[in-house]
Amino acid sequence: MALVFLYAPLDADQGFVQKIFYVHVPMAIVALVGLMAGGVFGVMHLRTRDARWDMRSYVTIHISIVLAVGVLVTGSIWARASWGHWWIWDEPMLVSFLIVFLLYATYWPLRFSIEDSERQARYASVFAIVAGAFVPLNFAAVRMAEQFVHPETLATTTGGMPPKMGLTFLVALLGMGLLFITLCKYEMASKHATFRLRSLRRRLSDDDDFAAVGRSAAPQL
Amino acid sequence: MPTTDHAVVLRGAGRRFGERAALRDVSLELEPGRTLVVFGPNGAGKTTLLRMLATLLRPHAGEVRVLGCALPDGGYAVRGRIGFLGHEALLYRELTGRENLRFHARLHGVARTRVEAVLDAVGMRARADDAVAQLSRGMVQRLAIARAVLHDPELLLLDEPLANLDPAAAAQVEPLIGRTSGRTRVLTSHDPAGGLAGADLALGLRGGRAALVGAAAQVRPEQIAELYA
Amino acid sequence: MRSTVAALLAKDLALELRTGESVPAMVLFSVTTYVVFHFGLDRDTVAGDLASGVLWVTVLFAAILGVNRLFVSEHEQGGFDGFLLAPVDRTALFVAKAIALFGFLCVVELVAVPAFALLLLGPPAGQALPELVLVLALANAGIAVTGTLVAALAIQTRARDLVVPLLVLPLLVPVVLAAARATTPLLAQGGAQPLAGDWLAVLGLYDLVFALIAYAVFDFLLED
Repeated sequence: MALVFLYAPLDADQGFVQKIFYVHVPMAIVALVGLMAGGVFGVMHLRTRDARWDMRSYVTIHISIVLAVGVLVTGSIWARASWGHWWIWDEPMLVSFLIVFLLYATYWPLRFSIEDSERQARYASVFAIVAGAFVPLNFAAVRMAEQFVHPETLATTTGGMPPKMGLTFLVALLGMGLLFITLCKYEMASKHATFRLRSLRRRLSDDDDFAAVGRSAAPQL
Repeated sequence: MPTTDHAVVLRGAGRRFGERAALRDVSLELEPGRTLVVFGPNGAGKTTLLRMLATLLRPHAGEVRVLGCALPDGGYAVRGRIGFLGHEALLYRELTGRENLRFHARLHGVARTRVEAVLDAVGMRARADDAVAQLSRGMVQRLAIARAVLHDPELLLLDEPLANLDPAAAAQVEPLIGRTSGRTRVLTSHDPAGGLAGADLALGLRGGRAALVGAAAQVRPEQIAELYA
Repeated sequence: MRSTVAALLAKDLALELRTGESVPAMVLFSVTTYVVFHFGLDRDTVAGDLASGVLWVTVLFAAILGVNRLFVSEHEQGGFDGFLLAPVDRTALFVAKAIALFGFLCVVELVAVPAFALLLLGPPAGQALPELVLVLALANAGIAVTGTLVAALAIQTRARDLVVPLLVLPLLVPVVLAAARATTPLLAQGGAQPLAGDWLAVLGLYDLVFALIAYAVFDFLLED
């Protein structure tokens, strides 16, 4: 992260604001990959019926959505600064991303609306698979529709990304990826702990009808 | 292990709904052609058990074998040999009795002539072209029974089969779903004396567990009454 | 498999004819919307991309009505159980329902598109009829596949009427986009332009991908 601010040279056209690029784009890439990974985990869940895959699917999608919010926010800031508008409807990337975001925003309400935890997990996996396949299709379709306006700010007079910026970008991408994985592991560990605690408590009180969980949109292990 | 001799085998079968265990550690063996009667208060797990045997619910624990096939994987192979009668008639209300039965006949690969025969057997031939929505509960129940036996199943799973039926109707359907039908049967009952009299094996459920299992002849009605206490 | 699908379709056709749950509502909605547009838009006629957009967005929303009601009769009357007890391939239910939805959409368009031409369209509607039919067919297929999948997903949830549009609208954006873009040259003011093959390819790809996914995944939605 520090590299972003210290190492990268300022872009000729955009100046400081261009730094947001190093956060925004990796975030977008990682979020999208995360969503597709959630779909893959969904496939594993349906094949093995092991609730842990559903947990992985849920967590990756969860964190990808959070990142997606970040993408939309940083994107707006950047847009404001460089184009003078907070949002541009003609912009294929923006619109595609927004559509994907809106789709996944229904993930939680969908989970929450199904009470039976096993069915909830199954349906969520189906959703993850369908939505995960949808992501590339959506981007392809929307991209075809519009002129490619998304700023070629990487192009200097020589065209393409100059090496220093390229390196920083790669590092930022790596950093974002690692951040994502760390967040995922953290959340999964925390959920594991919660369930361990609950099952221990259940065993201690020797009461199998321990229904204190109530309804939840999160997977039950 | 010659478990293929038994029509129904349960070993430590269990089923959860979310955090709640609807069935826990139920074990029994039922021979072909015999009748198992299941007693228990509401919520004890009778319907869950029947639905699980019908392949509508996957078992979550233990071993379940129906007609020699292990569930859930063997479900596809065995479905066509099971007749299920639950709380709902499973009939489309806007269609007529005949249309409903013909639909089920097509799904089960059964000839149309069989539909007519079954309609006759339950005494619904006359009203077969009326929409189900227009029929009385007793008539709907008769159609439901017709649907359950349409494909001549080896195993019958009946959840309160005589509900809504007057004595005449009950007598009429006896050869189809009663002891004289010769099929293996699992049915629920709230009548201790009558239920035990008509069965070979008895199961008493309470809170999802098998409170008692044994030959019906050796179980006393008082023991059944205790389940409801 | 084929006989199961046939049996299911016959049953759904009988039900639809007798109760008229889906198609009349969809037709009414489409025609009414076109009428509203006729008065709402401050122009005499539409052509080109505006015409395309109006046509397809209306079809999309009408489709949602159909999707909402697709599995209702099964859900309410225990029809799922009846089907699940039969020794048949469960994916047949998906195929049958998708075909039914496709059929409903075709019937609706048979009325709605002429209505659209009458109320709104500037250039003569017949100028590119075969191509238009092709686009309609491909788009209907996409809507049918995705719609059936979402309907099956949503039927078990509690806020079904809310979940369906929320899920189906984003998922159908590529279809509407491609269909609208493909239809635009067909409705051009100065006479029909040739069909843009790219967009047909996108529609075809979408149909294929989602049909495959739905086919693979549908079983899991039905079982318990």
